[in-house]
Amino acid sequence: MAFGKNLLSKMATNDGHGENSPYFDGWKAYDSDPFHSIENPQGVIQMGLAENQLCFDLIQEWILKNPKASICSPEGVNDFKDVAIFQDYHGLPEFREAIAKFMAKVRGNIVEFDPDRVVMSGGATGAHETMAFCLANPGDAFLVPTPYYPGFDRDLRWRTGVKLLPVVCESSNNFKITREALEAACQKAEESNINVKGLLITNPSNPLGTILDRDTLQGLVNFINEKNIHLICDEIYAATVFTKPMYVSIAEILEEDKSCNRDLIHLVYSLSKDMGFPGFRIGIIYSYNDKVVSCARKMSSFGLVSTQTQQLIANMLADETFIEKFISESRRRLAARHGVFTRGLMQVRVGNLQSNAGLFFWMDLRRLLKESTVEAEMELWRVIINEVKLNVSPGSSFHCSEPGWFRVCYANMDDETMRIALRRIKKFVLQADEREAAAKKHMWHKNLQLSLSFRRWDETIMKTPRIVTPHMMSPHMIMSPHSPLPSPLVRARN
Amino acid sequence: MKMLAKKAMCNSHGQDSSYFLGWQEYEKNPYDETRNPNGIIQMGLAENQLSFDLLESWLKANPDAASFKRDGDSIFRELALFQDYHGLPAFKNALVDFMSEIRGNKVTFNPNNLVLTAGATSANETLMFCLAEPGDAFLLPTPYYPGFDRDLKWRTGVEIVPIHCTSSNGFEITESALEEAYKQAHKLDLRVKGVLVTNPSNPLGTTLTLKELNLLVDFIQAKRIHLISDEIYSGTVFDSPGFISIMEVLKNRNLTNTEVWERIHIVYSLSKDLGLPGFRVGAIYSNDDMVVSAATKMSSFGLVSSQTQYLLSAMLSDKEFTQNYISENQKRLKQRHDMMVSGLLEAGISCLKSNASLFCWVDMRHLLSSNTFEAEMELWKDIVYNVGLNISPGSSCHCTEPGWFRVCFANMSEETLNLAIQRIKIFAEATIKTINENKSQEQSNKNSKRKSFTKWVFRLSFGRETSER
Repeated sequence: MAFGKNLLSKMATNDGHGENSPYFDGWKAYDSDPFHSIENPQGVIQMGLAENQLCFDLIQEWILKNPKASICSPEGVNDFKDVAIFQDYHGLPEFREAIAKFMAKVRGNIVEFDPDRVVMSGGATGAHETMAFCLANPGDAFLVPTPYYPGFDRDLRWRTGVKLLPVVCESSNNFKITREALEAACQKAEESNINVKGLLITNPSNPLGTILDRDTLQGLVNFINEKNIHLICDEIYAATVFTKPMYVSIAEILEEDKSCNRDLIHLVYSLSKDMGFPGFRIGIIYSYNDKVVSCARKMSSFGLVSTQTQQLIANMLADETFIEKFISESRRRLAARHGVFTRGLMQVRVGNLQSNAGLFFWMDLRRLLKESTVEAEMELWRVIINEVKLNVSPGSSFHCSEPGWFRVCYANMDDETMRIALRRIKKFVLQADEREAAAKKHMWHKNLQLSLSFRRWDETIMKTPRIVTPHMMSPHMIMSPHSPLPSPLVRARN
Repeated sequence: MKMLAKKAMCNSHGQDSSYFLGWQEYEKNPYDETRNPNGIIQMGLAENQLSFDLLESWLKANPDAASFKRDGDSIFRELALFQDYHGLPAFKNALVDFMSEIRGNKVTFNPNNLVLTAGATSANETLMFCLAEPGDAFLLPTPYYPGFDRDLKWRTGVEIVPIHCTSSNGFEITESALEEAYKQAHKLDLRVKGVLVTNPSNPLGTTLTLKELNLLVDFIQAKRIHLISDEIYSGTVFDSPGFISIMEVLKNRNLTNTEVWERIHIVYSLSKDLGLPGFRVGAIYSNDDMVVSAATKMSSFGLVSSQTQYLLSAMLSDKEFTQNYISENQKRLKQRHDMMVSGLLEAGISCLKSNASLFCWVDMRHLLSSNTFEAEMELWKDIVYNVGLNISPGSSCHCTEPGWFRVCFANMSEETLNLAIQRIKIFAEATIKTINENKSQEQSNKNSKRKSFTKWVFRLSFGRETSER
């Protein structure tokens, strides 16, 4: 109601929630036609959701064996009252201790975490917003390397009024974060009179699936110390590192680099990815800055973890034998999945950024683009959703500076679905390649005919026909709007 | 450059208030029947601990709900993955039914208009983000729950302007008080976006009368602003006149689906009625689709754990259980309330007549050394440190009159409550005695001053010496 709109805040009616981004369009397409192996085998397969569904069998087994872990079960009900009443924002001590130990374990016990620095939040979503509230004022900015998780646009900006400034990373060096890119971003901020308060990195990276090497991490630490800005490290995928090189957490760098100002370093964590529990809303802020711990803790009142869940997690994570088995088995299964997909795609000459972590890989479809533009990427993406029936996430929704990259999630489905998804991608790519090859051949013949007829007409002034070599026949030429050949992309437009 | 945000450095979180300081003192020296019988008894925490046995027996009889099972099959995976901010449909359906039941089924709620949040704390903050810009104001009747200073203002930048209520009419909201508050906001150059009331009231423990509710509807209609009704204590109404929900008023005035209908929003939670503050179950109910839409998206910052949603959907769907729980819980609350009120009366202390909530609004004005907030603080410190009771001073609730205290009765055993009452009795008697002694000392000082003056005059006039008393 028009009148009603004026009565609400700007925040309630603007786009700050970020849900009009194409990242979510794919979800909508999936929701309206979801794949089901029996009921809807032609439906859209969800590959846009970074969920870890590979190890639920292990968890379920543990739950059955440990009924007392739930305070609401008949076995655990004696603890019910105390836990149900407990709303202290420090959280159950056993929960904080278990989280601190788990975080250390995931990092190979090379570093230790202090339970008193563990602060709860409403998922990592809540953690990021809280960090923005604690560290920045409205109008201030955080630098974020691209490509980055689309949710950051909402989590860090919407209700806080904080800005995000991109630090552009490129495929030419495997999307590494360079000093030059950081300085360029800072420079731009200065020119626009924007106050930079910090740098936000996700390590392992979403959407790249790569980890930061030690030198880069140390470089970032040097950078933020020089500029005296904060460093927020989102380590939500820490336990998904499934093969070498070994993961290096910011906590480790801090141990080694005694010159670093610890008050600038903050970690965001969650059990949504590593354990596969997004529904339980277990977000963690771990800050080395006492004031931030104190402030974030007060703010955690707005998103505490249900004590019922705290109790369950405290019990589960305390079972060290189980947790060790879980972490290693989860890694093994992720590695296997990742391998099947990437090898399968290589067979059809589709590459991906080499990665060793995350629940997804960064797929390179640049060679299938009509032209190197965001529009072409969007076109290709619509084809993939509507015709190939896969919801993958286009790089532009991650603010990637180069069109043609897509994030493909692979840990949120069973083996059979995975095989079907792979088959569909391969089929699509093969068909696209066949068409391209056929088009090239046709053009070659056409050019040959033209040149022959030309020669027939004028033997004296005839020039040497241009030989159609593959390197001249770029896909861009074939797929032009003027091409008489039907391409899947042209079909898509209709 | 300032390294942290202004929000991190200020104290709008409200935690320096005496409300929280009392908690801190209690934490240092908590009462325990056996281990620390002289410790401080916590009477500043509005918790409902009276009906856990009912919850526990339900849990024992329904093991599936807490064990991630449905009809014997494990649904752990489904729950662990469920992060849809629309919430578990079964839970929202059960919750609106529960809310309806509490209101005697006089109103029904549409689950699509319900937004789940991490506690009422988050619900209230989220509504501010949706309805107001930084610098806008909401009017709140005093006295009010101290947490509102944090929940409504801290990160939102919204201001609170008080609607002053006084003991002269039982702290009821009057038209003049509303208008006065509105004018005050304008004087402060603040744009008023709405009124927020807590019904039943914290800290008063009373339900809003029909008169007040109608007044509020008229007021927000005239000013074209919002009304938020925090009904977190709606299930704790144990006595007449009974609870009238704002929705009932709208319905009876044929205001359903009118312009003002969309400006009414309800906040709810299971922390008080079911005694489950640890589970962080809050809700916003709004008749405005845009508010529902925006609030739903914002709930991403504080969703309810799916584990908890599932457990409670099973529990609240059990109508036999909920009906029995609601009535039994209210019975027990009434009994405790009556115990507290009569106990205090024996100590010469009266309470505001109340019919709901987990506390009484206690009148200790006669125990003040002077009618000031300094005296109230003195009295409060005395009670915390020397009597060993953490009660909440009215000033922390922004009460305009010194001498009122909120005293909780539902978060302890009967024995502990009796002990607390005994302590108050002793203290009150001693304090009254001291006050009377001081009064008569003062009187006799006055008298002796008069006498010596008279004597002096007498001496002067008669030249005789008399001894001073």
